[in-house]
Amino acid sequence: MTTLDRRFPARPERLCDIRHAVAEAVGAVGCPQPVIGDVVLAVDEACQNIIRHAYRGADGDIVVQVAAEADRLVIQLIDFAPPVDVAKICPRPLDELRPGGLGTHFINSVMDEIDFLPPPDGAGNLLRMVKHFGDGQ
Amino acid sequence: MNIETSEQGGSVVVALAGEVDLQHSPKLRKVLMELMLERRPVIVDMAGVAYIDSSGIAGLVEAYQMARRQAGRFTLAAVSQPAMRVLQLARLDKVFAIADTVAAALGSV
Repeated sequence: MTTLDRRFPARPERLCDIRHAVAEAVGAVGCPQPVIGDVVLAVDEACQNIIRHAYRGADGDIVVQVAAEADRLVIQLIDFAPPVDVAKICPRPLDELRPGGLGTHFINSVMDEIDFLPPPDGAGNLLRMVKHFGDGQ
Repeated sequence: MNIETSEQGGSVVVALAGEVDLQHSPKLRKVLMELMLERRPVIVDMAGVAYIDSSGIAGLVEAYQMARRQAGRFTLAAVSQPAMRVLQLARLDKVFAIADTVAAALGSV
């Protein structure tokens, strides 16, 4: 069941709209607050990466899709920037105390599956993230 | 995001409220860096933080590092549950000085 399928401008000032739309969509399928918070964080961080590293300040859009399947949420983020080099996306070690580089770590920590899939025609990148929300999650 | 600063007991209390994200974190960084350059003891009151992302955390880390280089004081206080969750994910809850309340932070300065 798709609960959100919406296109947003890839701009920092629209991240708030994205977060609130995702929170509403995830809450609508009955996920508990901790799951909502984690999914919102992961989507926000992934969208930041798209804004900063895919579009690199240029104008563009992000399509945000949230679907509920049994006891899991499937989130897809589609952008129209040039394809990113997935091999270069890695979190920094946490024992290095420095200001940046935490976003990918947050995504990896709170989501159960993260994959870059072949994007649909006309798109640049498709990030798919899955979060399980059944008992014990 | 809203930032209010006040003088309390020889420290500067920076009260953060709302959502600290990529749009607003540059302002937080600027406020904190200016206070660090003035070598002021800083307490960040995070009771009103509804959301903070990696960019907001980066501003706190930068200020903490500058305070440490100066042998200064930089304390987080009354950290909200959403903000604590993110600090824990980054394992920074064991790095920052964190007080339960602003009053407790003032008492330790």
